[in-house]
Amino acid sequence: MSKRILTCTLNGKRHDGVVPGNLLLLDYLRERLFMTGTKTGCDGGECGLCTVLVDGTPTLACLTLACSVEGKSVETIEALEQGGRLSAIQEGFHVKLGSQCGYCTPGYIMAAEGLLRKNADPTVDQIKDALGSNICRCTGYVKIIEAVQFAAGKIRKTRPAKAA
Amino acid sequence: MNEMVKPAAIPQAVRSVGEYIPMVDGPEKVTGRAKYTADILDTPALEAAIFRSPYAHAEILDLDVSEALAMPGVRAVVTGDDCDMTYGVLPIAYTEFPMARGRTRYKGEPIAAVAADSIHEAKAAIAKIKFTVKELPAYFTAKAAKAPGAVQLLEQRPGNIERDVFFDLGEVDKSFAESAAVIEHTFHAAEVCQAQTEMHAALADFDAQRDRLTVWCSTQVPFYVHLMLSRCLKMDKAQIRVIKPFIGGGFGCRTETLQVELICGLLARKCKGRVRLVVNREETFITHRGRPESDIRMKMGMAKDGRITAVEMEQDQRGGAYSSYGIVTILYAGSLMFGIYDLQHARYVGRRVLTNTPPCGAFRGHGTVNTRFAMESMMDMLAETLGLDPLEVRRKNYLKAPTYTLNDLMVNSYGLPECVDWVEKASGWKDKRAKGLPPRKDGRKRGIGFACSHYISGASKPVNWTGEPHATVNLKLDFDGSITLLTGAAEIGQGSSTILVQVAAEVLGLSMDRFRIIASDSALTPKDNGSYSSRVTFMVGNAAIQAAQNLKAVLVAAAAKKLEAKPEDIEVLGEIYRAASQDKGLTFQEVVIEALRDAGTITVKGNFNTIPESWGGKKYRGSAIGGTMGFSYAAQAVQIAVDEETGEVEVEDVWVAHDCGKALNRLTVEGQIQGSVWMGMGQAMSEETEYYHGLPVMPNFLDYRIPTMADSPPIHTHIVESNDPYGPFGAKEAGEGSLAGFIPAVANAIHHATGLRFDDTPFTPDKIFAALDKRARNAKKA
Repeated sequence: MSKRILTCTLNGKRHDGVVPGNLLLLDYLRERLFMTGTKTGCDGGECGLCTVLVDGTPTLACLTLACSVEGKSVETIEALEQGGRLSAIQEGFHVKLGSQCGYCTPGYIMAAEGLLRKNADPTVDQIKDALGSNICRCTGYVKIIEAVQFAAGKIRKTRPAKAA
Repeated sequence: MNEMVKPAAIPQAVRSVGEYIPMVDGPEKVTGRAKYTADILDTPALEAAIFRSPYAHAEILDLDVSEALAMPGVRAVVTGDDCDMTYGVLPIAYTEFPMARGRTRYKGEPIAAVAADSIHEAKAAIAKIKFTVKELPAYFTAKAAKAPGAVQLLEQRPGNIERDVFFDLGEVDKSFAESAAVIEHTFHAAEVCQAQTEMHAALADFDAQRDRLTVWCSTQVPFYVHLMLSRCLKMDKAQIRVIKPFIGGGFGCRTETLQVELICGLLARKCKGRVRLVVNREETFITHRGRPESDIRMKMGMAKDGRITAVEMEQDQRGGAYSSYGIVTILYAGSLMFGIYDLQHARYVGRRVLTNTPPCGAFRGHGTVNTRFAMESMMDMLAETLGLDPLEVRRKNYLKAPTYTLNDLMVNSYGLPECVDWVEKASGWKDKRAKGLPPRKDGRKRGIGFACSHYISGASKPVNWTGEPHATVNLKLDFDGSITLLTGAAEIGQGSSTILVQVAAEVLGLSMDRFRIIASDSALTPKDNGSYSSRVTFMVGNAAIQAAQNLKAVLVAAAAKKLEAKPEDIEVLGEIYRAASQDKGLTFQEVVIEALRDAGTITVKGNFNTIPESWGGKKYRGSAIGGTMGFSYAAQAVQIAVDEETGEVEVEDVWVAHDCGKALNRLTVEGQIQGSVWMGMGQAMSEETEYYHGLPVMPNFLDYRIPTMADSPPIHTHIVESNDPYGPFGAKEAGEGSLAGFIPAVANAIHHATGLRFDDTPFTPDKIFAALDKRARNAKKA
């Protein structure tokens, strides 16, 4: 398999790497960079656990070739905690118990991050729409929705101009 | 976090029990720092893959791994020849080998495994394995497997019956004869799988210099894994260390040792190194241990006023190819007819049947769920026949605690009446049933249904009876004033670590921030039986309370010595210890210094034991199953809308009340109740494994339909606190009891909306459409 040079932005920093053309972004993050916050839950494209942001859009890392993020910005769960403070969504999932076993949590948080950057005042239906392709087996989703609403409220307080 | 330990102006004990407390390991989970087994990549390891049987039932004639062994990067191959020891759950049912020997009994059964430098090389080697067999007749239903003349799957199980159970208590036939109404009906529940989000994984490290093995694995029961590793690898238990990292759910499929851990251990020893085995989603489905397909025939009688006169049940479970929890499941299915209502006459015939499908095991609500589906459906059917309100029928059958059931199960606290009352009011039951629900704007007909359920707070007799206490917790207090709680209890996402810190902190009146918890590492933590049968909060929680009380006694004695007072005169106000007459007292640090003087680092222990009165009776063989220190109770109402054009049922709303004795942590209790109800919804509405000649055809998240967020309703949750006399601060089970009620509640709701009775889970649109269509055609003919 031919190898390619990959240059992208990874969690806000310039990243250079060498990747085989058939390497998945998920495997690149986990197995090569040991960034294990992004999880694997299925055999491809079924569960949403590996959701990362590519240029701000929630993307399944298990269906994305690493080389295809050339020149793009990739953000993973590891990027959200800033200066020792949890992001609003991370805090929401923690204090509202949007996370039980925690295994699906990074994927949910990244999908919610993608949603709230565009819409800081989502309706329940809009939340269900944005997170509907992620699977959680613990919560019954009730507290995940509450976690996202908690985060949205917090974000609106800090940047009211961008709401709606 | 440290903000919380600032001393208050007036010294006082810090309370944590009864509050909304986020989980102690939450920050790791929301930041991605939590390490699950597959995330442990700090040291290079060989990668492993499993060769699985393509045959449902066959005699193994030859297994040739020579070509696989010669493939590049391959370090070791193991087969059935590498382990001649069986394993399992009950010592009387160790029927499974880590890899098949002599015969293979289901499609996907492990036959061999390869460890190689990379996963690609391991998989390439798997493809070179040559497997020669003579196929045998295979049985994919309980009926076919138990038919006369069927080939026996296991030598020790004639007729392919893993276990038959029989009891006949009271005067069943006489009571039927005296009933105002008697109905007999059959029910079918499809097999379902836990489908936890983390796929099974193990990492094994063999230290050849010391002949020691360390295994990290995704298990709910590290202690059982430890025992089975020792048995199968023929290693002294002292040479093995089992560590449970973060776990991505379990719901019962990990309450027994799985092949993954054993095969990984065998490979690591053979390579004399470190091996990682992470199976994929399809293999996780094949490993299975889900809830068995159940065929139930139930006969129930009722008096004019709604009292259940007698129940007779016959239940066949399709158990899969090996024993697993089978004997326990078929016993629970019968014994837990009791414990919720006053039942004085009951008969049960249960059969657990071995079939050529992946083994079933313990799934949340173990054994009770399909029985409850039948019972609560029949209570509604009889209520209708007798013109009674379904809720009034439940009320007529309440137990009066404290009591013992007919099969000798101990019931001390009983919050079911409060659960029923809340659900009745919150759901608007009376109005909705009296007037009916108006159809929706889109034309869908609506209905509301109701059901109750219950579950045990830990099995009072453990499967491995050693004579040790049920639970042990250690607390370590050192020079720095920090307290470390050491427990074997497996945190699997249910919040056990949070609860244990909470109860210990509560006893000492300290902030939870003073504590660290280390869980489930056999080299560090005391042994624990594991996270199953909702035992941890009740049993390990009580042990943690006792450990904290013991620590408190040490601290009080130290304070008394320093203050030259009697221990009984010492008042403990959180961080301040003072003699009653004094004002200032000693700070916690001062007490710690005094306590460690001469004694050094302090380690105390707390134990918990069940009482013999809770061990179940001796009225029939296996009657200990069902015995518990406390039952949880739940009631729920489910409101639905049916699209008669498509047969689609939308769950609009759920109201659930759960008696957990005392909510130690309201946040996690709510989370557990909601998760249970929703998992019941999955089984009721869409989930079902399916096999084509034994081949799983739905081993992925697209075909195995787990409800998504878009399919899932709001779940209005209410906590009832009946304060169990033996529970830790009065607490009982919270994580399973609400599951079973959903299935009959939604069946009763569909009946309310359509007049049709559905007795076959899942209630998929095709089944509902077919029934509606059939009725319409019949109406046309008439």
